[in-house]
Amino acid sequence: MAGAVSALFLLDIKGRVLVWRDYRGDVSALQAERFFTKLLDKEGDAEVQSPVVYDDAGVTYMFIQHNNVFLLTAARQNCNAASILLFLHRVVDVFKHYFEELEEESLRDNFVVVYELLDEMMDFGYPQYTEAKILSEFIKTDAYRMEVSQRPPMAVTNAVSWRSEGIRYKKNEVFLDVVESVNILVNSNGQIVRSDVVGALKMRTYLSGMPECKLGLNDRVLLEAQGRATKGKAIDLDDIKFHQCVRLARFENDRTISFIPPDGSFDLMTYRLSTQVKPLIWVEAQIEKHSRSRIELMVKARSQFKERSTATNVEIEVPVPSDATNPNIRTSMGSAAYAPERDAMVWKVKSFPGGKEYMCRAEFSLPSITAEEGAPEKKAPIRVKFEIPYFTVSGIQVRYLKIIEKSGYQALPWVRYITMAGEYELRLI
Amino acid sequence: MSGHDSKYFSTTKKGEIPELKEELNSQYKDKRKDAVKKVIAAMTVGKDVSSLFTDVVNCMQTENLELKKLVYLYLINYAKSQPDLAILAVNTFVKDSQDPNPLIRALAVRTMGCIRVDKITEYLCDPLQRCLKDDDPYVRKTAAICVAKLYDINAELVEDRGFLEALKDLISDNNPMVVANAVAALAEIQDSSVRPIFEITSHTLSKLLTALNECTEWGQVFILDSLSRYKAADAREAENIVERVTPRLQHANCAVVLSAVKIILLQMELITSTDVVRNLCKKMAPPLVTLLSAEPEIQYVALRNINLIVQKRPTILAHEIKVFFCKYNDPIYVKMEKLEIMIKLASDRNIDQVLLEFKEYATEVDVDFVRKAVRAIGRCAIKLERAAERCISVLLELIKIKVNYVVQEAIIVIKDIFRRYPNTYESIIATLCESLDTLDEPEAKASMIWIIGEYAERIDNADELLESFLETFPEEPALVQLQLLTATVKLFLKKPTEGPQQMIQAVLNNATVETDNPDLRDRAYIYWRLLSTDPEAAKDVVLAEKPVISDDSNQLDSSLLDELLANISTLSSVYHKPPESFVSRVKAAPRADDEEFADTAEGGYSESPSQGVDGASPSSSVGTSSNVPVKQPGAGSPPAPAAMPDLLGDLMGMDNAIVPVDEAAAPSSPPLPVLLPSTTGQGLQISAQLTRRDGQIYYDISFENGTQGVLDGFMIQFNKNTFGLAAGEALKVPPLQPGATTRTLLQMVPFQNIAPGAPNSILQVAVKNNQQPVWYFNDKIPLHVFFGEDGKMERASFLEGWKSLPDDHEFTKEFPGSVISSIDATVERLAAANVFFIAKRKNANMDVLYLSAKMPRGIPFLIEITAAVGVPGVKCAVKTANKEMVPLFFEAMEALTK
Repeated sequence: MAGAVSALFLLDIKGRVLVWRDYRGDVSALQAERFFTKLLDKEGDAEVQSPVVYDDAGVTYMFIQHNNVFLLTAARQNCNAASILLFLHRVVDVFKHYFEELEEESLRDNFVVVYELLDEMMDFGYPQYTEAKILSEFIKTDAYRMEVSQRPPMAVTNAVSWRSEGIRYKKNEVFLDVVESVNILVNSNGQIVRSDVVGALKMRTYLSGMPECKLGLNDRVLLEAQGRATKGKAIDLDDIKFHQCVRLARFENDRTISFIPPDGSFDLMTYRLSTQVKPLIWVEAQIEKHSRSRIELMVKARSQFKERSTATNVEIEVPVPSDATNPNIRTSMGSAAYAPERDAMVWKVKSFPGGKEYMCRAEFSLPSITAEEGAPEKKAPIRVKFEIPYFTVSGIQVRYLKIIEKSGYQALPWVRYITMAGEYELRLI
Repeated sequence: MSGHDSKYFSTTKKGEIPELKEELNSQYKDKRKDAVKKVIAAMTVGKDVSSLFTDVVNCMQTENLELKKLVYLYLINYAKSQPDLAILAVNTFVKDSQDPNPLIRALAVRTMGCIRVDKITEYLCDPLQRCLKDDDPYVRKTAAICVAKLYDINAELVEDRGFLEALKDLISDNNPMVVANAVAALAEIQDSSVRPIFEITSHTLSKLLTALNECTEWGQVFILDSLSRYKAADAREAENIVERVTPRLQHANCAVVLSAVKIILLQMELITSTDVVRNLCKKMAPPLVTLLSAEPEIQYVALRNINLIVQKRPTILAHEIKVFFCKYNDPIYVKMEKLEIMIKLASDRNIDQVLLEFKEYATEVDVDFVRKAVRAIGRCAIKLERAAERCISVLLELIKIKVNYVVQEAIIVIKDIFRRYPNTYESIIATLCESLDTLDEPEAKASMIWIIGEYAERIDNADELLESFLETFPEEPALVQLQLLTATVKLFLKKPTEGPQQMIQAVLNNATVETDNPDLRDRAYIYWRLLSTDPEAAKDVVLAEKPVISDDSNQLDSSLLDELLANISTLSSVYHKPPESFVSRVKAAPRADDEEFADTAEGGYSESPSQGVDGASPSSSVGTSSNVPVKQPGAGSPPAPAAMPDLLGDLMGMDNAIVPVDEAAAPSSPPLPVLLPSTTGQGLQISAQLTRRDGQIYYDISFENGTQGVLDGFMIQFNKNTFGLAAGEALKVPPLQPGATTRTLLQMVPFQNIAPGAPNSILQVAVKNNQQPVWYFNDKIPLHVFFGEDGKMERASFLEGWKSLPDDHEFTKEFPGSVISSIDATVERLAAANVFFIAKRKNANMDVLYLSAKMPRGIPFLIEITAAVGVPGVKCAVKTANKEMVPLFFEAMEALTK
């Protein structure tokens, strides 16, 4: 049992209605606006407020924020909250595809298309269709290209709802990026509290016709099922999520990843491993507070991966008190600067080879007077960003990517691997 | 691809409307199109452009799709305010619905369905009929949803024109999107009807499971959600369904995953093999964990649901507690929910790590989060006996940080820990006392005072400590005053020395003479009397051993939990409230355009007494709840409009004298079903049931006052209902003291204010008193209260009646939950409800009973009941000319044979 939403609102940062589409005629824009502006006033910060709120008149509001725009639905039924919130995110994606960026200005500049899209993406409050690429085949910003002879693309109702027929490329190519993000949380005792790896296979396809693709990974379950020797190269994936183009029932049966890809870029699959990983970059910070006058930081960063790999664009953010001034910073590598807007010192190292250790020392002045009853100092963690190309933590490998199309062309797959820091937090001691 | 539409917003000076009018009638296409865009722009910013109706509609006949869409959009917005002119559009609509371009055909039906004007609706039927059978699936999928739109406007029309059947046919459509939309439409129609409309059979089941593999992600959600109402016949079928649904756990769309989890959890109830169940639990864990990598809003929904799932099946995520540890950048609403789940998953095995986390959170900046973290430590102490000591030491460490609100929160939870483990951890009291003077929040103060009173004999200077509070006694909030009073009495009983004696005098004096608070005064008088008559008895009462409190972190009761689990991923599961507590369907609220909003839109439901669902008390639903068909032909009006003024105006001079509670009804009768729980009624609980006595219908109603004050001036009003039941007399309820209960019989008279439409058993009741807002709740009308004492038929006339009615007037239903343990008892019970026994026969091992019943003004029901004595499952057949009443009749019979 589920239900539908009554209306969808696009609101500005103050909560005023920019555009809205009434789907069921049982909510009022004025009430929604009044409710939402009050909510924003009260909370001061939309981040505090849970995204599902109930008002006194029996209406549930769900919202997300993107840039200076709120997307808000009003519902009187017991609708599927996950589906609606996700739908709002997809609406953002569609608008971004159309207008480059979704913000107040772009909505005003394109309100005609916005109305058209809202009409096509949702009907009577039920999400209908959110494939931006296909939508743009029959809803266009340039009004003059609009001809009446247009029909809905077959894809809108097809089983293959993400790809249109008749796509042609001179050169058929596929780019496959394997991107792994390392999430890690180290507590103040230096223990790794949790760590996991979230990987994504990001594809960009430039393929003609309706290509049938088959992807082979060094997935242990598959290899063992096929009776192949695993030679320690196979990996265990905790959870895999596929783009809707992948035939899930087939995967469930024999672990084959087969699909007809959408045109252009998309995430073919994401996966997760919760195995304990050694922090690729380890950071220690010693902070010495000299009563009320100054604070001294000594930060040590160590790369804990093989020497043949190199981390690039390393960025280490070390929190400092919000009232610190007069930074005096020295580093053994890279450059560091005080970023008062983030209450932190940011240390950047362009290239950080494996097995190395670098240092950074900093000194800040503190005001001699502070409010006695002041709120406790915000305890932000040290955060690290980096990228390590040609390397994956999980050891995942694309064994093959077969592309078969009835016209029989040869397509070239290009595969790249990269590891980056995700939510990489080390709590200060 | 950026546009430049913003230019249309720029307004020209004065005379905008005439100018637009002129442009709309321009002979140049482009000019007309620009003008329509300007009109839409004006509409968007909330200007009233309804006066241009005719001119805009004139632009409708165009080959230009974009222009057409804009005109349609205009129509959706303004047709309601110009119903007479809207008819101008009908021709174009009908023509467009036959356009060779499927986009236009679909657009036409889609738009027509959104226009809630009778004249348009009438003309919608034929195009809709055609479009439901259109060659193009895009048109069919649009038409499927349109049936739900029409049902919302005019249910009868949908049934008369056979659209429901057409919709059911679409379930077998070869296009998966059409199937998905048909399912969504049917599910919605079912939700607003009491009759079975959309029943999933094993045949439809397989259709749906097939479509599931092929339709869009949103369609998959519709299908999975509608499957949640399917009850598998046995474990095998359940396993089968689960097998087909499990691959969805790998879908990238979180909503698909959550809905799949819902189906699996529901079907697991039927699966008997523990291996299969264990395996499924193992399969569900990784996808649930992955939901926590989604967007924060989705995470929030997921966490609220995981909260339910771990209550039902704690093993699923027992080893995954770490994924719920808060990240620094998590929004606060996500952190709060994670905390809640961490408490639920905390065990002796992981408690050390969990405590370390809580301690970390307790030093963050967000005050609410910090408090919750401190409280979480206390809850873990209460939940895990072996970890209690470690929890306490963490709390003590936190107290030493001396952050004011941390200390206060810690003291509150330590009080609970003392109550959970009496006589175990009192050694820490000394540390607590150090923070005494920093306490400024009532709850913390009250907790500390409670601790001092409870352990007065172990605290050397207990009297001094209490005395320091006494100075400000009159200014303290009630909570603190009550605790001070009790603590002082305890102190006196434990240390009856001079100091405490003086204190008790002062407190009793303060609490009886100087206060307006009746609670405080009464409690003080009781203590006073106890102490002056029998100090030993006072000791027994005041110092009695207290019951040990227990862990409250699994707080939902199992039936509610099951209901919520059947609603996974929906708002109900986010609120942790059953849908009917917040769903309010206001039918077609006046479509007001911005200027009118203020006066009209709130019209029918401004009296709404509901509170925020997130707040302490759940909302009572306004007017009608989801399962109520509020179908009135033509246009829907807000529910219960007539009832309100009556209720408020009518009985102001009502006799408030104390009326004795009806003796017959009071003690012996069985308890009544609770219709307004006290959580909803701000302390007032109402239970009621329709009943028949001596040929009269009564509303047997009971009020329980759980509020702090007296409630009086009770009045009651019933909304229009199928049987036109209304109160036959004023409600006689005496002023209700706090804690008091009263029960009364209210005479009811039928056929007063009959609601049109298909019969249903809903009785909407509004109750008001002088102290509270108006409460609304729904009751069910059991049909048998109408069965007359004259319903007995002779054998011959029964037989004749049975024969004379054609076979299509015969209906059968199984009551699987009913069981007849003795024929005589059943006959007697039925006779008491005026269902009269005529004859019986034996058929193999089955007993067949023939009975009759009669409604006032009505046609008799001829009944045949087949059952085997002692075996669950009763088959009931009925023949009657009164077809409409059959579903209600079965409801009543099922209740009577239960």
